[in-house]
Amino acid sequence: MIQDKNNISVFATTGNCVTPLGFNIQENIKMVLQGKSGIKNFSDEYLHNEPFVGGIIDKEKLNNAFQTLNLKGEFTDLEQMMLLSVKSIQPLYDAILDDKCGLIISSTKGNITSLEKGNIEQYYLSNLADKVAKVIGVKSTPIVLSNACVSGIMAVSVAKSLIQSNVYNHLIIIGADLFSRFVFTGFQSFQAVSPNPCKPYDKNRDGITLGEAAASILVTKNKAVIQGEVYYEILGDSNINDANHISGPSRTGEGLFQSIQKSIAEAQISANQIDCISAHGTATAYNDEMEAQAFNRLGLENTPVYSLKGYFGHTLGASGLLDTVIALKSGSKNLIPQSLGYSEHGVTLPLNVTTENIFTECNIILKTASGFGGTNTAVIFKRHINNEK
Amino acid sequence: MKNKITHYCNIKNGKISLNGKLVFENQDEPTFLKFIKSAYKTLKIDYPKFYKMDPLCKLSLVASTILLDSMESIDSEMALLLCNRSSCIDIDKEHQSSISYENGGYASPATFVYTLPNIALGEISIKYKLKSENSFFIFENFNPKFMIDYSESLINLGKSKSVLCGWLEVNQDEYNAFVFIVEPKEGEELSVEKLNKLL
Repeated sequence: MIQDKNNISVFATTGNCVTPLGFNIQENIKMVLQGKSGIKNFSDEYLHNEPFVGGIIDKEKLNNAFQTLNLKGEFTDLEQMMLLSVKSIQPLYDAILDDKCGLIISSTKGNITSLEKGNIEQYYLSNLADKVAKVIGVKSTPIVLSNACVSGIMAVSVAKSLIQSNVYNHLIIIGADLFSRFVFTGFQSFQAVSPNPCKPYDKNRDGITLGEAAASILVTKNKAVIQGEVYYEILGDSNINDANHISGPSRTGEGLFQSIQKSIAEAQISANQIDCISAHGTATAYNDEMEAQAFNRLGLENTPVYSLKGYFGHTLGASGLLDTVIALKSGSKNLIPQSLGYSEHGVTLPLNVTTENIFTECNIILKTASGFGGTNTAVIFKRHINNEK
Repeated sequence: MKNKITHYCNIKNGKISLNGKLVFENQDEPTFLKFIKSAYKTLKIDYPKFYKMDPLCKLSLVASTILLDSMESIDSEMALLLCNRSSCIDIDKEHQSSISYENGGYASPATFVYTLPNIALGEISIKYKLKSENSFFIFENFNPKFMIDYSESLINLGKSKSVLCGWLEVNQDEYNAFVFIVEPKEGEELSVEKLNKLL
């Protein structure tokens, strides 16, 4: 039976995150709006034999903050980040765990340092997901989404579809990835890592900065579950592959273009109703140019656009969800953040990259991401004011 | 019309079958890589990029090629929904070994690019020019319920007309591939029991 596409509305909380800028959303938003970056210089011969820059969490601070959760057992740094980030939405999901509530973990490499330690059991993402599900109290089999750099935002799209199909009523999503020697050496072999903090869309951009983070959000069909003054409705979503190259984006931005186009159509809005774009903006030459192509093809060149990679670096499977959490929280304050690291326009087509925080009506937010394997995701969020409370 | 399983292909225990009928068998190769290469050659798949791929992509490419080439026409908006248990563990171990200090600590870009399981989606999408919904999931065990739920969701919500679903597990010399098409046409019943039986 074909369902009415808009039969079931799906909503999202503003969510939470754990990053080098802070261990909750309030600290992170405060730092982002002050233009502070979590990217720092490091000298760690274990990770790299020369000094480098990265968005790395202070593990002593993390372990101390995690202690306050009073959880029994041993937890890796990644698991601590995940559980700390999901903690703040626990009061919301505790009441609905028996009401068809599921869990999606988005991660590219999970506990990847387990490989060098020879702990193969820890390598398996399903084991990570099971462990986290048990602590949270989710009873259904956890879903792991491992879809490169779009995983975090694709999880929101998957959650929306599963809820609209009545498979779940609520889904908790946690996105997380580590800064690891595994990934760092790999991106270096591509000569894709910048020696300086990355500069998305800038003329002098010269590659990515890697980072690590965890982010969490609750997606539900029951808006009464969401507390707080502001909540978001997920209006449209799409995940279209470029079918072009496994490690480079399409020159024309075809997959991203189609993903945004389909999201807009599903949302039943026009492109000019989008108030801002939280884009991927990795600061590689090809990615940023590809995004400019896609946004221009959709007539979005004047829409304020920003990348958060200048604040956090590229946090891989967490990135799309971290960006979403920050976009929704700043959107709830009618703020569009400055795209840190951008000063001189560096893509061949026009884009309205934010050079300062903009205080403006922010009702419709487009979140996009793209990644290896030719994968792309676009999701459209609409802001609502909670009058019922 | 109800969604059904219209075509399926299995690769396991030295055998490849299409819709339940044996199309290739080789019990003489002890390793996965030698087995899949013999299948690639015998079945004349002729896609030289195969040789560059990691074990997960090789398995995914051979299974989906046999499946898709048996179909009269391929819907260019056919979604891809792949799952497994071990992600891309073999190539991850290879990359990890190459970056160890004993081995000089240098990564190879040709290896690193395959250290994401969803690269298999990219390879299939490129070969068959599928600009479509794509996602890669990981579960401890074959999860037919999820594959039914999500593929039907994509079809019922109008995001695609058909879905290529696959359980594509390879971990050293243990392998098991089961790919099948879900679409609202005549075919086998789409149920957890049926999928468990066909795995």
